[in-house]
Amino acid sequence: MAAAAAMTLRHLVHCALAMAVCFVGLAAIYLQLNAQFVGFAQILVYVGAVAILIVFAILLTRSGEVRNESILAPGWIPGILAAVGVFAVLAWAVLNSLALPSGANPAPEVTVRELGDALMTRYIIPLEVIGLLLTAALIGAVVIALRQGEDAE
Amino acid sequence: MTPLQGCLLLSALLFAVGFAGAVSRRNAILALIGIELMLNAANLNFIAFWRYGEPDGDAAGLMFVVFAIAVAAAEAAVGLALIIAIYRHRRTTNLDQMNELKG
Repeated sequence: MAAAAAMTLRHLVHCALAMAVCFVGLAAIYLQLNAQFVGFAQILVYVGAVAILIVFAILLTRSGEVRNESILAPGWIPGILAAVGVFAVLAWAVLNSLALPSGANPAPEVTVRELGDALMTRYIIPLEVIGLLLTAALIGAVVIALRQGEDAE
Repeated sequence: MTPLQGCLLLSALLFAVGFAGAVSRRNAILALIGIELMLNAANLNFIAFWRYGEPDGDAAGLMFVVFAIAVAAAEAAVGLALIIAIYRHRRTTNLDQMNELKG
């Protein structure tokens, strides 16, 4: 997958593009798994919004003088080892677990209409909370990004 | 290997790649991308278990993924705003140089 490319490329813009490709692949997997709404939400939110946001941040913080130094943090060997260990443990657990369902169930059919009904009835409190959280987070982001600029002027 | 195991293995690989990137790259934006990859690995697990697990009838897995995507979007916005603020202040996105609490 493109995730490895997103983490290993040297040029930051290429990393962001590889991340977008990776998210498109994930959305395709979601669609394959019968989760249409989540697949399209993934494309809209990640490829549409988060990737653009990250590209903007990269372009805003571009500094040309760091081309020749190492792209890796000093403690990268333990980091990679820890990641490989995490993957090994997870893969071992997945392959040897007896508690996994067999996967023989028929594909669940959930229409977007049913999702909307559930959002408006059973999940109404989480919906309100997530709306409040998003508003607060976006206002906070604007405030954080603006205040330093005023100080600098 | 069942399809569920395939999905779980892919998700574990995605998580490991995201983790490796988040802890081993110098650039703060790359660390943020790694965190996004890890969140997506968790989402893939939710979807896989919702698809192949016992049918529950109320699509709780899908709901959880929708809310997780919303939270991840908020987190990305705040994280990038912090990075831009630090960059304006310190002129760097290098994580090793962000070692002071007091600007």
